[in-house]
Amino acid sequence: MTSLAAVEAQGVTKVFGVGPDAVRALDTVSVTIRENEFFTLLGPSGCGKTTLLRLIAGFELPTAGDILLHGQSVADQPPYRRAVNTVFQSYALFPHMTVAENISFGLEMRGVSRADAKKTVDEMLVLVQMSGLGGRRPSQLSGGQQQRVALARALANHPKVLLLDEPLSALDLKLRQGMRSELKALQKRTGITFIFVTHDQEEALTMSDRIAVMNRGQIQQLGSALDVYEKPVNRFVADFIGDTNFVIVEIIGAENGWMRCRGAAGLEFMASPAGNKKSGSATLAIRPEKILLRVGGNHGEIVQSVYTGTDTNYQVRIGDGSGLNVRVQNAVDGGSPFTVGDKVGIDVPSGAARMLQD
Amino acid sequence: MAELAVHSGGRRIAARKFDLRRLHGFGTIAGACLVILYAPILILFAFSFNSSRSVNVWTGFSTEWYPKALLNDKIWGAALNSMQIAIFATICSTIIATAAALATTRTKPWRGMIASYMTINLPLMVPEIVTAIATLSFFGIIAGILGTRLGIIQIMLAHTAFCIPFAYMPIRARLEDMDLTLEQAAADLYATPWQTFRRVTLPLLMPGVIAGATLAFVASFDDFTITSMLVGPGETTLPIYVWTSIRRGISPEINAMSTILLVISILLVSLSFLIGRKKY
Amino acid sequence: MAEAVIAGSVPTPRGTVEQRVSAAQAAAERVSRRTRWALIAPALIVIGILGIAPLIIILIYSFLKPGAYGGVIPEFSTNAYVQFLFEKDLFDESYHFTTAHFQIYARSLGLAAFTTIGSLILGFPTAYFMATRPAHQRNFWLFLITLPFWSNLLIRTFAMFVLMREEGIVNNSLLYLSILEEPIRIMYTDTAIGIALLYSFLPFMVLPIYASLEKLDFRYVEAAYDLYATRWHVLWRIIVPLSKPGIVAGCLLVFIPALGAYVTPLLVGGGKSLMIGNLIALQFAGSRNWPFGSAASLILMALVMIALYVYVRYGTRKSGFAHG
Repeated sequence: MTSLAAVEAQGVTKVFGVGPDAVRALDTVSVTIRENEFFTLLGPSGCGKTTLLRLIAGFELPTAGDILLHGQSVADQPPYRRAVNTVFQSYALFPHMTVAENISFGLEMRGVSRADAKKTVDEMLVLVQMSGLGGRRPSQLSGGQQQRVALARALANHPKVLLLDEPLSALDLKLRQGMRSELKALQKRTGITFIFVTHDQEEALTMSDRIAVMNRGQIQQLGSALDVYEKPVNRFVADFIGDTNFVIVEIIGAENGWMRCRGAAGLEFMASPAGNKKSGSATLAIRPEKILLRVGGNHGEIVQSVYTGTDTNYQVRIGDGSGLNVRVQNAVDGGSPFTVGDKVGIDVPSGAARMLQD
Repeated sequence: MAELAVHSGGRRIAARKFDLRRLHGFGTIAGACLVILYAPILILFAFSFNSSRSVNVWTGFSTEWYPKALLNDKIWGAALNSMQIAIFATICSTIIATAAALATTRTKPWRGMIASYMTINLPLMVPEIVTAIATLSFFGIIAGILGTRLGIIQIMLAHTAFCIPFAYMPIRARLEDMDLTLEQAAADLYATPWQTFRRVTLPLLMPGVIAGATLAFVASFDDFTITSMLVGPGETTLPIYVWTSIRRGISPEINAMSTILLVISILLVSLSFLIGRKKY
Repeated sequence: MAEAVIAGSVPTPRGTVEQRVSAAQAAAERVSRRTRWALIAPALIVIGILGIAPLIIILIYSFLKPGAYGGVIPEFSTNAYVQFLFEKDLFDESYHFTTAHFQIYARSLGLAAFTTIGSLILGFPTAYFMATRPAHQRNFWLFLITLPFWSNLLIRTFAMFVLMREEGIVNNSLLYLSILEEPIRIMYTDTAIGIALLYSFLPFMVLPIYASLEKLDFRYVEAAYDLYATRWHVLWRIIVPLSKPGIVAGCLLVFIPALGAYVTPLLVGGGKSLMIGNLIALQFAGSRNWPFGSAASLILMALVMIALYVYVRYGTRKSGFAHG
C-alpha cells in the first residue's frame, strides 16, 4: 500500500524531566507531512517545534506516540539509522575537515566508494554554488557560505526528507531573503520533502506549502499560508501571524452567511461565522490592511501615524477608548491622506472580520 | 558595555570604560609580581655564564660551565632515567586521563561520578611528602611479598598515578568546550557512536590530549619529592642529581644545569599552551 | 531510496511503539553505563592502588611499632601518637609533655598562613590587573604568570636560596650601595622559608582569582560608580565579594601545599627550621620511625581536610550575589 505521507507523527507526546518540574514539550501531536512538500513548523520559542523536529530526526525518543517515515515506524531507531538528514541552526560543520570532507561525510559512513563520493560532492558544490571551494575549512567561510555547505552536506545523501532547524536565523536580512527563494527553488527542483522550523512568520508565509502553527506543545492550526493568514482559527494564530486587531462585539444577527456584529462607537461588522456561535459576545480578528478609513467620518480619531516606507500605520482611537491599527498603502508620491488629529469614518468590508472560535 | 567614545582628531578613545576599571597601584603591584617571579630565575640564568666559581659575584662572561655540566657522565644516566620515567608515565597517564575525562565530562550526573572525580584529583589534594612516604611504604610491602625491590618501575608507577590529574585537566577543559551538536550532526549523517568518536570527537579532542600529555611530562620530569623517597642505590633522576650537586657545593655548573632544565620545562609548557589553544 | 530505516539495522521487533521505545532507551542506557565504567576504571584502579591503598597502609602503620632498621613490626601500639605530644624520659621512664613537635606544626601553620596572606596581598591586585587587560593581551599575561608555576620547584627554590644567602646578590648589592653595613642574615630562618614559600606559590593564588575576575560582569562596577561609590567602596563592597570563589580557591591552593612543603624548607631551612614535611621525611630516613612518620602525616592530612572543609563550606556557598 503506497502512502503519500513522507513523515507522520501519531499522537506524539514528549515530556522532559520527572515530577512537578517536568516539561511537556509536545502534547499528543499528530500530523501528516506529504511527499514533495515544503512544510513549516512555526511558533514562538518553547512551542515544541524544535522538539518535534528532533523527534523526527531521532535525537530524542518520544514519551508516547509514534513517528513514521514512509509508513514505517522509526520511533525507536537512533538517528544514524533513519533516512533523514538535518541542517542545524548552528550549521555544525566539522571544523577539522574541509568543505569537501564535510559534504562527503555521510557518504563515507554509508560506505560509498571514493569515486562516487567525489562525483556527488562536486554535484553538490554546483548545486549550492560553491564550486571550487571544496578545499576550504569552515572557519574560512562566511556565514552564508557555511550555511550552503551545511545544506550540501545534508543533500549529498539524497534523503527523501530534509529537516531544517531555523537555518536562516544567523544570517542578515538581505542574505536571508536571498536564501529563502533559493531554498524554495531547491525544494521544487529536487522534490525532497522539506520540514522547516522557524519562528519568523514572514519566512513561513513566503516559503511554505503548508504551515503548522504551534504553541505550548500543540498544533494550533494547520493549513496553507493563505489559510493561516486569512482564516486564523483562534486568538493565538491570529495574533502570532501578522498584525491583528481584536475587537469585542455583540452578535446581533445573521445575514447572507455573515454574522452581523456590533462593536464600540456604533461600528457594525459583517464577520465570517465561527462554529455554532449565534448570539452573545464574540471576538473578531481584523487585519489592519483590511480596514478602510474615510475622511470626515465620526467613528474615531487618528492619534498616531507611522511611516514605514510601503505603508503608513495609523492608530485610530474609537469611542470607548480602545484603538485600532490601520494600515494604508502609500500613494505613488509616498503621501497618505490622513494626519494625526483627523476624524475618520471606519469601513470594514464583509468577511474582512473573522470571528474567533474561542 | 557602556563606552563614552571621545572623538579626538578622528580617533575614538574609549575613555570612560578604561577608567572605571582601573584601580590605582594595581598595575604597579602586578609589575612587581612579575619582577619577583622572574628575577631569581634570570639571575640564575645570568650567573650560569659567570667566569669564576662564584654564583654571587659577577666576574666576567664565560660559557665553560655548560660543557662542564653536560660532559659529566653521571648527568646522562640521570637524564636517561628521567626520560624513561617521564615517557612511561606520560603515555600511561594520558591514556587513562583521556578515558576518565570522557567518562566524567558532559554527561548527566551518574552515581559515583563525584566520587570518581574526587579520586582522580586525589593526588593533587594530598601533600607530596605524604604521597612519597605512603608510596614508599606501599612498595616496601610489595618488595617484601615479591622478595625483591622493583627498582625504577616503582618510580614509573608512582609518577603515572600523580600525572593523571595533570593530564586530566586540559583534556576535560577541551571536552567541555566542545560543541555537542557536532556529534549529533555526525549521527545524523549515519555515523555510529564509535565512528562519531573516532572521526569527530577524538580529532577535536587531540589538542587537549597533547596539552595534557605535555603537562604530565613536565610534572614527572620535574618531580623531586616523591622520586627522592623512592630511589634506590645507584638510581638517580635529573632533579635528584641537581640536589646532590647542591649538597656537594654551589658553583655555576649547577646554574648551567638548572638553566637547561628550566629551558626544557619552559619550552614544553609553551608548546602545551599553544597547542591547547588551537581552535581550527 | 524509499527505505525509511537503513539496511543492516536490527529488524524492528513487534510490540507496541511505547514498548519498543522504552526497550531502545533501556538498551542505550545499558551501553552507556558499561562504557562509562570501562572508561573510568583504569583511573580508579591506578589511583586506588597507588594513591588510596598507600594512605590506608600508613594509617595502619601509625598504629604499629617501629622496626629496628626502618619499617614496622606488626604489633599494635599507639606510641606514635603519644610520641607526638609526650617524650619519654630515658632515666625514670616517665612521660613529659613536649612541645617540640607541636612547635613544628605551629611553625608550619604560621608559615602557611603568612604565605597565604602574602600571596593574597600581592596576588589579588595582579589578578585584577590581568583581568582588566584587553582580551588579546590577557593570554600573554596568563602565560607569563603560569610559566614559573610549571618550572622545576627545586630549581626555583635554589634560585631564591642563592639570592638570599649571606653572600648572595641582594646582600652584596645592598652592601655595595652602602645601604647596609652588615649583611642581613636571613638564610636558614623562618623568614627565609616564608619568603621562599611566597615566591613558590604566588602563581597558585593569582590563577584562580584571575579566573573569577575574568567572569566578573563589570556592569555591577559601573552601576556602583553610577551610584556615587568611591573606588574604595567599589573594591571592597563589590569586586571582592563577587570574586570570593576565586579568592577562597586561591587561598586553599596556597595554604595546603605550603603547609606540607618539603623541598623549600629542606633547601632554605637548613635542617634547623623544620616544617611538617621535613619532620615526616626524617622519620623515613635517618630516624627510622615509620609509625611516627605515618602519624605525623595523618595529622597533617587532618589539617588539610579541615582546610578543605572550610573551602566547601565558605567558598562555594552562594553569597547572595548571582554571577551573570
